[in-house]
Amino acid sequence: MAIVDLANPSRFLNFANRAIPWLGGVTLIAFAFAINQTLAAPDDYQQGATVKIMFLHVPGAWLGMLGFALMSIAALGTLVWRHPLADVAAKAAAPIGAAFTLMCLITGSLWGRPMWGTYWVWDARLTSVLVLFLIYLGIIAVWRTVEDPSRAARAAAIFTLVGALDLPIIKFSVEWWNTLHQGASVLRLGAPTIDSSILIPLLAMTVAFTFLFVTLLLAAMRNEILRRRVRTLRLMRASAAS
Amino acid sequence: MLATHHLDFILGAYVAAVVVVAGLIAWVLLDYRAQLRNLADLEKRGVTRRSATAPPTAATAKEDA
Repeated sequence: MAIVDLANPSRFLNFANRAIPWLGGVTLIAFAFAINQTLAAPDDYQQGATVKIMFLHVPGAWLGMLGFALMSIAALGTLVWRHPLADVAAKAAAPIGAAFTLMCLITGSLWGRPMWGTYWVWDARLTSVLVLFLIYLGIIAVWRTVEDPSRAARAAAIFTLVGALDLPIIKFSVEWWNTLHQGASVLRLGAPTIDSSILIPLLAMTVAFTFLFVTLLLAAMRNEILRRRVRTLRLMRASAAS
Repeated sequence: MLATHHLDFILGAYVAAVVVVAGLIAWVLLDYRAQLRNLADLEKRGVTRRSATAPPTAATAKEDA
C-alpha cells in the first residue's frame, strides 16, 4: 500500500486496525527495555537519583513539541488541501500532545524543587512550555465548541499555525535569554554532553514514549473517523425522518 | 544519600507519569468502545452507510481490532 492511499479515511481505518495491535506490542517491549535501563542507570554525581526524573521529563517535552509540530503540518493540510484526514489527525493529536506537555511540566516542577529549591520560576523555557500547554487547551476548546467539524478544523488550524510560533521560542529560549533551565544537552551541535550511562536510558525511554505516542495517535484518529461516521449516520437519519 | 533524600519527588514524578499515560490509554479505549456502540446502535435501527466499499461496520471494526 502506497503512503498516499492512507489519505483515504476508509483505507486509513483498515491500516490502523492492523497496525495498532503491533504498535502496542512494540511499545510494551520498548518500555520493558527502557525501564530496565532506567533502573540500572547510576545516580548523577551532582543531582543524585533525581536524574531519573529526566527519563520522564525529556520525553514529555519532546512529545509535547512533536505533537504540536504534527498538528501544524496537519493544519496546512486542512487549510491548503482541505483534506478531512488532516482534520482528523490534528484533532486526535491535541489531547495527546497536551497530556505529554502536562507530564513535562509536572515532572519538571518535581525535579526543580530539590535541585533549584523551587517548583516554578517564570523563566523563558518554563513559561514558553506553559504557554504551549495553554495553546493546546485553547485548541481542544475550539474543537469542542464549534459543532461543524470542517468549520472547527479551519478555526483550529489557524490557531495551531499561530501557536506554532511558540515551538522555536521553546527550543531557543535557553540560548536567547538567561534562564534557570539548563541549555540543550542532547539535541545540540556537537556531541551530547550527557554520559552514555545516563544517555542510553534517556534515549530508550524517549523511543518507548514515542512508540506510545504513535500508537495512541493512530487509535485516537481511528476513534475520530468512527465518530464522524456516527455523526453522518445520525444526520442521515434525522433528514430521513424530517 | 541523595536518593533517599529526594525519593518522594522521584516517586511523585513517576506516579504523575503513570497517571497521565493511564488516563490517555483509558480515554482512547473508552472512546473506541463508545463509537462502536453508537455504530452498532445505528445499524440496529437500519441506518447504514451508502458506500458499499465502506470498511468497518461496528462488528468488523471490532473483529479487526
